[in-house]
Amino acid sequence: MITIIDYGLGNLASIKNMLKRIGVKSIITDDPEKIAAAEKLILPGVGAFEMGMNYIREKGLLDVMNQRVLEDKIPVLGICLGMQLLSRHSEEGDAEGLGWIEGDTIKFDFEPSKNLKIPHMGWSEISQEHSSQLMHEMYEDPRFYFVHSYHVVCDDPEDVLLSVDYGMKVTCGVEKGNIMGVQFHPEKSHKFGMKLLSNFANNY
Amino acid sequence: MRRIRVIPALLLQGDGLVKTIKFKKPKYVGDPINTVKLFNEKEVDEIVVLDISATPEKREPNFRVAREIASECFMPLCFGGGIQSVDHAKKLFDSGIEKVAINTAAYEDPRLIEAIARIYGTQAVVVSVDVKKSLFGKYQVYTQGGKKNTKKDPREYAQEMERRGAGEILLYSIDRDGTYQGYDLDLISYVSPAVNIPLIACGGANHLDEFKSVINEGHASAVAAGSLFVFKGKEHRAVLVNYPKQEELMEKLYEQV
Repeated sequence: MITIIDYGLGNLASIKNMLKRIGVKSIITDDPEKIAAAEKLILPGVGAFEMGMNYIREKGLLDVMNQRVLEDKIPVLGICLGMQLLSRHSEEGDAEGLGWIEGDTIKFDFEPSKNLKIPHMGWSEISQEHSSQLMHEMYEDPRFYFVHSYHVVCDDPEDVLLSVDYGMKVTCGVEKGNIMGVQFHPEKSHKFGMKLLSNFANNY
Repeated sequence: MRRIRVIPALLLQGDGLVKTIKFKKPKYVGDPINTVKLFNEKEVDEIVVLDISATPEKREPNFRVAREIASECFMPLCFGGGIQSVDHAKKLFDSGIEKVAINTAAYEDPRLIEAIARIYGTQAVVVSVDVKKSLFGKYQVYTQGGKKNTKKDPREYAQEMERRGAGEILLYSIDRDGTYQGYDLDLISYVSPAVNIPLIACGGANHLDEFKSVINEGHASAVAAGSLFVFKGKEHRAVLVNYPKQEELMEKLYEQV
């Protein structure tokens, strides 16, 4: 059973849809008691960083999330904004994050001559930086759907699991023990996303 | 190599999918859920579904069909037709839709774009701009499913929508719709450079070979097509859901832009 944290932002239905399709049970909740009993968490999110953190605090979820993830070490997967929230700080709204991963979230900043649009929107192939159960038996040439204007920069290259080329090498997957995050949307990335989510559900 | 989004654009009328020619003569092409399932199996980049009967019938979006489609869509899904309030958009997002397409309501009440973008982010708001050329060769924005001429210039209109919070522009050529005459590159290159947000070009697609020019000459960010992906044979328009394979896209598009 995967507990999808509902903090008011993000497309929860599509994550639940895909989990259902791959035969994984999930619940969507903002109830601290249910999170306290969770075996595995997904932290989704689309929208503004600051708003996301405010919701987490206002709904009284911060303490229980810290307890489950940092003390009890249950597996957590942040998706899109959910991955950025794992970091210490974001330039978006100059806001403090969960600080579970040592790194910060910064805005894309390209020379106009590069002709790169922000947000980075669309499908991109990704590279894997080291082996991980999250990418176990992944299909060849994995591609995922991205929509983001900000990206995470890790202090420790060891925490970087996946990267994507968008004007530069951009971290798009992190893994540090029980804490994982992906910048793209596995729930909207066909068989590649199904494989990744099923790995998260079954291998951790 | 640059992956360009190639997007089937499907039209919903009542409970069935149709395909039009110049926004007229709707021809039934199938059940929306089944068709989306087929596109899903073909691993398409994204899907746009526009309910063309909602605004003329003055009714709210078809939430039931939207929800059913979303449950079969493991790729990004943009849904439009009849969205007139933040609440309509919310219901669609809650059912698993990523992006809402807004056309008539964006013209009549542009503050709606601001309101949805403020809550859900600009990436969730697509403003769909239908354009027709006047007898004097001037491009003009139409609403109400191509029935009402707003006399607005599409370039200025797209810029205004970007300022209001649109995250993408779906630029639809009414004159080319369903005609297989090729994309209107003049229109696309007229509007696209004027905005900083991605522009999806639609209307007139004839062959995969021309997608690259939509990007290189038209400066669009993505291509959408209707007839090309639902029919086989330009004369008889026999229904056959199809989508290019990765290798074809690689050769004819990604490596050409």
